Amino acid sequence: MRIAVVDESDLRSAVVEEGLREAGFRDIFRVPPRGAFVVELEKLSPDVVIFDLGSPSRDTLEEMLAVSRALARPIAMFVDQSDEEMTAAAIDAGVSAYVVDGLRKDRVKPILDLAVRRFNAFAGLQRELQEARTALAERRIIDKAKLYLMSTRKLTEADAYALLRGTAMRQGKRIAEIAQALLTAAELLEGKQKDESSK
Amino acid sequence: MTPIRIAFLPLTDCAILAAAKELGFADKHGLALELVRDVSWATIRDRLVYRQVECAHLLAPLAVAVTLGLSQAPAPLAAPFKLSLNGNAIAFSRSLAEAVGGTPGNRVRQPGRTAQRLADALRRLDRKPVLAVVHRFSSHALMLRYWLSYAGIDPDEDVELRVLPPPFMATALAAGEIDGFSAGEPWNSTAVETGAGEIVALGCRIWESGPEKVLAMREDWAEANAETVDRLLRALDEAASWCDSPENHPKLAQLLSDEAYVGQPAELIERGLSGRIKLTSDGNEVEADNFLLLHRRAANFPWRSQALWIYSQLVRWGFVEPSNQAQTAASGVFRSDIYRRALAGGRTPLPGASLKVEGSLGAEHGVASDKGTLTLGPDRFFDGLVFDPAHVGEYLTQLAR
Repeated sequence: MRIAVVDESDLRSAVVEEGLREAGFRDIFRVPPRGAFVVELEKLSPDVVIFDLGSPSRDTLEEMLAVSRALARPIAMFVDQSDEEMTAAAIDAGVSAYVVDGLRKDRVKPILDLAVRRFNAFAGLQRELQEARTALAERRIIDKAKLYLMSTRKLTEADAYALLRGTAMRQGKRIAEIAQALLTAAELLEGKQKDESSK
Repeated sequence: MTPIRIAFLPLTDCAILAAAKELGFADKHGLALELVRDVSWATIRDRLVYRQVECAHLLAPLAVAVTLGLSQAPAPLAAPFKLSLNGNAIAFSRSLAEAVGGTPGNRVRQPGRTAQRLADALRRLDRKPVLAVVHRFSSHALMLRYWLSYAGIDPDEDVELRVLPPPFMATALAAGEIDGFSAGEPWNSTAVETGAGEIVALGCRIWESGPEKVLAMREDWAEANAETVDRLLRALDEAASWCDSPENHPKLAQLLSDEAYVGQPAELIERGLSGRIKLTSDGNEVEADNFLLLHRRAANFPWRSQALWIYSQLVRWGFVEPSNQAQTAASGVFRSDIYRRALAGGRTPLPGASLKVEGSLGAEHGVASDKGTLTLGPDRFFDGLVFDPAHVGEYLTQLAR
């Protein structure tokens, strides 16, 4: 079975390809939905196309499926009518699958299931990465605010942190927000922002 | 608060939905709108058909096509409210515009003559021009086909029609991948602004009163949630009235320029709202007061005759086999009955009829409504043909000549 993975994200399509190979599929082609991707797909003449729902090129793909003379057999979106939940899960994950006419449902379903799992896992990783980045950025802001308090108010590091924490608790805000507010205020008072914009 | 999820595409004509959510119209009617921004019509269709959203900002012909089963899985849809009337344009690369000739202003003022000039230019060109549309079941595609065939250009033989997402149009035009396109705003203005192309025709000059986007929902959902649908329509009617007032255009353009909506400069968005359209990057401008209608002249009313006109074009281009069953199903997508039920007793006048002869009004015209006279705008086609919804077959014969 020939499977094309059309995804805006090269990283994610690699993750999907890896999963499909582990599951024993051999003819897998990754095609980014850019430029002349339609011509490339026609040449590959896949049995299954896994398509990224977040790609604006989906309408272009469906048009190709409707008019292409290169494709010997009609190809349509794979929908499991007996299991609408599965289709909903695929849309949720951001995956659609197109399959050639006559391909049996039990042969396609495992491929779509796998793509959905990989898309979801990828989204989870991205979220974790984003959270890690945010946490790191926040720690840097808090450190900067501590340094500022230590130099301007002559506080020890522990006291500077205690001051930030106490203020956050009183105002019902997060420490990072207080630290950011302090740094912004300091910048304004020192006229740094004016300098920045006149540069 | 009743939550409602509505999928939309980043286009100027998502205006009513954005205003309803952001300016409190939905809130006032006890609705919490969640607007889901998508990037393809296929994904919006799937979200609607597979119940990931309750409603969608949809191309009017696509709503008909999904109901008729022409676009993947069939599902009966109901469109009780139009989100826009008109609002499209056709842009050509500078070299194709030059081949067509004429002045920019005259090109858009005389769409018939421009189509003829294009036909002449095609005989001189050594290859088929590639023209892009946003979807095969879009008002843009139907309008472009109608315009081309007027001059004897066969849209399936003499040019190559391609589907591209609107945000890619200007870049593809600049790169020479396409020679022209038809899209909604602000994407024509983007092509003009970047110098990639020139606007050679306005949708409102091809058909003065063409249905564009609708609010679509699954028919079964609309029936099971009639009271919610009524509140939604009342909120959208108020938002539409606000959006259509010229004094609100700057604020609306600002709102739409946000990344959450269209994400393009407010100045470009305002052109489509005001109807002051720049045709070329060196400043040729036209004013078309009916370039985009969001509320006035019963713009939101889903005339069944307009759904039938769409059906006639789907038959004309071979997308659907003509049958009484298909014709009835297509006409039933536009739910003027729901519109009337929801807005009864409100300020917006309700037309007495659900069908009208399309293309017969040359000027503003008063018709009967529940509040005395309602003013309809001119609705002519540029070729002077008239569509009588009672005689679809005869109309098609006339077009085939």
